[in-house]
Amino acid sequence: MTVLEIIHYPDDRLKQESQEVELFDQELKDFVTDLEETRMAGPGAVGIAAPQVGCAKRLAIVDVSGLKKPVDNHGYLLMINPEITKWEGMEKGREGCLSVPDFTGNVIRAEKIKIRFQGLDAQWTEFETHGYEARAIQHEIDHLDGMLFLDRLVSRRTDLFQRKIYKK
Amino acid sequence: MKKWSLLTLVGADQPGIVSKVTQALAAVDCELGETSMMRMGCNFSMMLRVHHDGKDLPDLLKGVCSELKLHLHVDEDVDGACVDNEPDVNITVYGADRSGIVAEVTSTLADAGLNIIDLETALAGTTDKPIYIMTIEGQAKNGVDALTDAAKTISAAVEMNIVPIQTLRA
Ligand SMILES: [Zn+2]
Repeated sequence: MTVLEIIHYPDDRLKQESQEVELFDQELKDFVTDLEETRMAGPGAVGIAAPQVGCAKRLAIVDVSGLKKPVDNHGYLLMINPEITKWEGMEKGREGCLSVPDFTGNVIRAEKIKIRFQGLDAQWTEFETHGYEARAIQHEIDHLDGMLFLDRLVSRRTDLFQRKIYKK
Repeated sequence: MKKWSLLTLVGADQPGIVSKVTQALAAVDCELGETSMMRMGCNFSMMLRVHHDGKDLPDLLKGVCSELKLHLHVDEDVDGACVDNEPDVNITVYGADRSGIVAEVTSTLADAGLNIIDLETALAGTTDKPIYIMTIEGQAKNGVDALTDAAKTISAAVEMNIVPIQTLRA
């Protein structure tokens, strides 16, 4: 197992579209192990995408099960060739990125999504998710399309669809 | 040796302020750090952290300031960038215009552990029934629950939403 080097913007590789994974072999398995190791080494990272270590493959990991303030989640998700098939609602949230050190900003994402992706055995899984996990998945799929959260920043004045948790 | 200075510029709003000021700074090799620039009423206000090698900034900006009628104030920025500026709570407050809303809300929340990172207010509504809108991003040093409890003690008739910010890093 190896912790891979995370590449940082302005590295061009972060702005490229990644290619579909076609070969579900041992090499892919080993890469996934290293990618997860790399995510765990990043401070508090809930996700990582292959392009962030300079590999232009449509593959990402999301795991929001370990947060201090727990959120609804599906545990560890390895998503190969992921596709979002449904979007619903919008929500503003704050994001940072392993590939953009020392900056966080507000981004609007779909509140609810339906996602389908392949596993290491090439089998497809599909489910709906929402909130923080849905946000993390959208952040990762953006990486596969050569997009960064910087491409979606909104002004701090944009106060959109905030969930009310307290009303005086 | 290079150092950071904090420039504050204020003047009547007019086209070209941002480009002229930043060009004047770039021309003498001042690099920009964080900046905040916005229209406020009919004025334009700018605060810029600039990195430079000990230049006489008031002298270098004399031309652009007199052309645009900007007031300039320079502070030496000894501490540099603040590392702990990650907000964990977002607060919006609005209500019928009333002097003292900001003071009451911020002092109550400060006592409950709120450290304000960013606060903006605006006047809206009609002239005869104005409303006041405030957005705050900050750090809840004693937790968000402490803020929601404290908010209940605020006497002003305001609507208030306190939402935790859970920053995603991925
Ligand atoms: Zn990222």
